[in-house]
Amino acid sequence: MTQSPAIEARNTVKEFGQGSAVVRALDNVSVDIRKGEFFTLLGPSGCGKTTLLRLIAGFEMPTSGTILLDGQDITYLPPNQRPVNTVFQSYALFPHLTVAQNIGFGLQMQGKPKPEVAARTDQMLALVKLEAMAGRKTSQLSGGQQQRVALARALAPQPKVLLLDEPLSALDLKLRKEMQTELKRLQLETGITFVFVTHDQEEALTMSDRIGVMSAGHLQQVGTPKDIYTQPKNRFVASFIGETNFLPATREGAGFRLATGDLLDVASTSTAPKVTLTVRPEQVRLCDPSEAGAIAATLTNLVYFGTDTHCHLALSDGTEVVARQQSTASGDISLSQGQKLGLRFAPGAVQVLEE
Amino acid sequence: MSPAEEAKEATSVRRAWALTTPALVLLALAAAGPLLIMVIYSFLSPGEYGNVIWDFSTDGWRGILWSEDIFEPGKYMLADAHLAILWRSIKLSIMTTLLTCLIGFPTAWFIATKPPKTRVLWLFLITIPFWTNLLIRTFAVNEVIRQEGILNTFLIWAGVITEPLRIIYTDIAIFTGMAYVYLPFMVLPIFAAIDRFDMRLLEAGYDLYASRWQVLRRIILPIVKPGIVAGSILVFVPSLGAYVIPRVLGGGKNMMIGNFIDLQFGQGRNWPLGAALAVALLIIVGTALFFYIRATEREGQNG
Repeated sequence: MTQSPAIEARNTVKEFGQGSAVVRALDNVSVDIRKGEFFTLLGPSGCGKTTLLRLIAGFEMPTSGTILLDGQDITYLPPNQRPVNTVFQSYALFPHLTVAQNIGFGLQMQGKPKPEVAARTDQMLALVKLEAMAGRKTSQLSGGQQQRVALARALAPQPKVLLLDEPLSALDLKLRKEMQTELKRLQLETGITFVFVTHDQEEALTMSDRIGVMSAGHLQQVGTPKDIYTQPKNRFVASFIGETNFLPATREGAGFRLATGDLLDVASTSTAPKVTLTVRPEQVRLCDPSEAGAIAATLTNLVYFGTDTHCHLALSDGTEVVARQQSTASGDISLSQGQKLGLRFAPGAVQVLEE
Repeated sequence: MSPAEEAKEATSVRRAWALTTPALVLLALAAAGPLLIMVIYSFLSPGEYGNVIWDFSTDGWRGILWSEDIFEPGKYMLADAHLAILWRSIKLSIMTTLLTCLIGFPTAWFIATKPPKTRVLWLFLITIPFWTNLLIRTFAVNEVIRQEGILNTFLIWAGVITEPLRIIYTDIAIFTGMAYVYLPFMVLPIFAAIDRFDMRLLEAGYDLYASRWQVLRRIILPIVKPGIVAGSILVFVPSLGAYVIPRVLGGGKNMMIGNFIDLQFGQGRNWPLGAALAVALLIIVGTALFFYIRATEREGQNG
């Protein structure tokens, strides 16, 4: 027997507005979120990721399609009847309650006996390391602490799925890094399925078991961070996650011919005559222009980033390519603007995108 | 502190006093002065044709609850009529506060959840009654509920009743009038509180398994409570001292404290009793507010 996924969205469509002003926020999205995984919905603002999260939480009903939780249809169930809790972007903590009362709220509403609520609240306070703050009002807490209260409050009723709506976006960089580790730890300790919404690709890559990349109401690609990074399915995914170079090319025999006239030998199942090749800057090697198979390029700009230096190069047809060179111990780089160089791509690093 | 600094400090304190003196004098004359006159008059004896005679007496205060037997001077008994007036005032004021709260809260919620543009229009509509004089509005209510008024005429025409309903000159009439007149005072502060309420908390509540009723009871009401408290005070206090409304809608018989005080300074020619009643009203209001605010604060602390 195969285990049913924690969340299963089937052909969900969500439209807002009426008549001619209808906006399709979700266009036929289907996705399976596995039990116990850290699943991230990644995409630019307005791509529909928050809408999908709100459909799972029950704050919105889909225009069509179904949402299953553990194989059960919950599409039209109100939010207070779904064993799913949300960590809101604004935290939405209750200002008139203390930290402990906030955390115990869900359990209390479920009608749990008082001793159980108290015990579970203490357990949650310990989990997020806020024991000392139990009696405080939430307005007396820092942003990071409020974030932890929001997490504890949503985790306390032991939901089947925890939904997180850009919970780290209001924190500063250092705190955000800390909370990323903290979130990952909480997810491993509780074993609860996390559905995390973010527009920050780095956050998505470092925390997730799997990522669903969304754009314009469509799910573009679902896969592990490594899959998504190394094998993007289309131009949007390739450019949204990390930096990359695009090279227009035409099929020629078993390889592809660039606009510069160079022929690249790339394995691909694609049969399209015109494609775009993509290669990450760290997979571009610089070499002597006279080397066999090297693509001729001119160095136009050098940008120093500390750990590495970005070399902006122009190919003979004008296409710009960025190569990332790791910084040496001395920090020196024996390159100068206008220098003629050769380029090579690391084996297997070039991906073929059909447009 | 050096002597020079001390002198400087003293000068600034003196200047502060000098600058606040006009305000303090005005407060003393305009607020404390009349109150003091009332307290003094309440301990004097009534004059033959109104006014007071400067003889110390506690008859005014005794007259609030007790009246002297006409046939046996010196024998006092509880004045049922006075008690009835006091009770009616308190009862109708509490009822008015409750009804305006019941109508005012949904109204305020309705307005606060409208888009900002239409919200202004709704608030404007709430304030329209203030454009008309209170007396005129009260007579308008009279016109609706009187024996041959709009309401009775309509109900008879519609065949709901055959005999006109007797509403005018009853407690119900006063209650209706006060609820109508004081409703805006309840709506506006509650609206202000709901306007500041973060609607995202509703979703958080539903998400954490609260029903609609629980969201109202456990999240909305505790947070907008300051608005409800303010509205209740703004309705209860003028209700208790209402004069025009019970006069026009209650007739001569169904008096409230305000009318009773008026009576003592007019036909009753018993200024000390009137003054004592007025001070007593002030004490009742003050005590009621004190306990009300303390009770709501304590409830807030317990969450």
